[in-house]
Amino acid sequence: MKQGAISYLPLLILAALWELVTRLGLVSRALLPPFSVVLVALAHMLADGSLLRNAVPSLLRGAAGLALAIVVGFGLGAGMALLPRFRAAFGPLVQAFYPLPKTALVPLVMVWFGLGDTAKIVLIFLGCLLPVILGTYNGIRGVDHVLVWSARSLGASRRDVLREVLLPAAMPQILIGLRTATAFAFLLMVASELIIANNGLGFLIGSLGDDGAYPAMFAAILTITALGFLADRGFAALSAHLLRWRI
Amino acid sequence: MTDKSVPTGIVITGLSHDYTPRAGTRVRALEDVSLTVATGSFHALLGPSGCGKSTLLYCIGGFLPVQIGSIRTDRGLVTAPGPDRGVVFQNFALFPWKTVLQNILYGIGKRGIRGAEARDRAQRFIDLVHLTGFEASFPGQLSGGMQQRAALARTLAAEPDILLMDEPFGALDAQTRRIMQEELLGIWRQTGKTVVFVTHDVAEAVYLADEISVMSARPGRIRRTLSAGFNRAADPAVFKRPDFAEQVELIWQMVRAEVDDARRPVSA
Repeated sequence: MKQGAISYLPLLILAALWELVTRLGLVSRALLPPFSVVLVALAHMLADGSLLRNAVPSLLRGAAGLALAIVVGFGLGAGMALLPRFRAAFGPLVQAFYPLPKTALVPLVMVWFGLGDTAKIVLIFLGCLLPVILGTYNGIRGVDHVLVWSARSLGASRRDVLREVLLPAAMPQILIGLRTATAFAFLLMVASELIIANNGLGFLIGSLGDDGAYPAMFAAILTITALGFLADRGFAALSAHLLRWRI
Repeated sequence: MTDKSVPTGIVITGLSHDYTPRAGTRVRALEDVSLTVATGSFHALLGPSGCGKSTLLYCIGGFLPVQIGSIRTDRGLVTAPGPDRGVVFQNFALFPWKTVLQNILYGIGKRGIRGAEARDRAQRFIDLVHLTGFEASFPGQLSGGMQQRAALARTLAAEPDILLMDEPFGALDAQTRRIMQEELLGIWRQTGKTVVFVTHDVAEAVYLADEISVMSARPGRIRRTLSAGFNRAADPAVFKRPDFAEQVELIWQMVRAEVDDARRPVSA
């Protein structure tokens, strides 16, 4: 674990530099409040509960959209990988939808689903869907057919093969898709809350920025960064556990 | 060793098989193959690469559909893969996410055996292939030879009537291959299974098999079936016997003729 701690040293250096350039007046405090001032604001926001009050709805929206995307995306990806007709029907849709920046859908989704949680969850769902579909599809398509044959000759039914062979064999690709999807969930969560919301971390950043409360705004940005980082680390730990057979 | 499998022969009649490559026209891979493999015998399919010997094996395995002709075992016509026909693949085809023990338990579990009885059975086969102590290893941690031992144990533990082997030692180094050949013969004598063994190595075929079918390329046909029978000698030094060398040379000449045939450009 000692090495793990050392690998975070660059972050510490960055924080020290941040503090230094603002204290020395190299950067205007109006543009970038000193790191220590941001930390004080962060402590205040933790104490008065405003951070938690906004973080919880954000994370719930992110988790709901991501969970929905995992379920639907896995179904679509597996269907496309296994059934030629399914692939013919959905393949062109996926290809057409793929290059579209999902943030472009924010206004449309707001018009369709209103200004509440539904719109934000739908947006996160749409953004996370493609990486899950592609990870599942590529993962299953890439499975060596000899693995399927060996399972069948050991007595596995066609139905067994999906759960017992294709899913675990495709898991490395599926997890890559899920990791990308998790990052997209944070992106779309903040983007949707920045535009229209009455709570959430994105809303907090927007309203603090409008009020000119820059130290607090930076504190909110730091919080999202930390949450995203923790989610990614947690995800990496889960991947390492699930893929411990890959030596 | 308690074994629910029933030794059975294989009768192949007039089997032809076509396949269509992803970009291309239909190719005939097998042409009118008829072959009888006696119960409990060790049969080698020998031929140049591309002669359809693996295709024939995969038809017996039920992985490729029987299009023309028929394949019959004592259990009936072959129409799909089944645990009565165990397969050992060249690249082992172990489940990389399962340990050696879990791989072997997979086939045993499919036979409806669970709990302590399943673990006992798995352990017996792990011991049989000399993998004792590697139960908890993942395939990626093992050498090629050890992976093939694990794959053999997994297939045997599922109690197949017939063992189908597709160049199982082709990916191994020369020393390991020699040891595995000896051990396979030992296991075969012990279990009395019917074996169909695909190889392009003439000496391997002569060393292991009761009968050897020499195949021709494009489309794959069975040119001749010869008996060898050195496998019954229980003597690892048969390699040195002059009659062994003669048999290898004789069959090599036949295979060579097939390779030359295959190389000759198709005349109009």
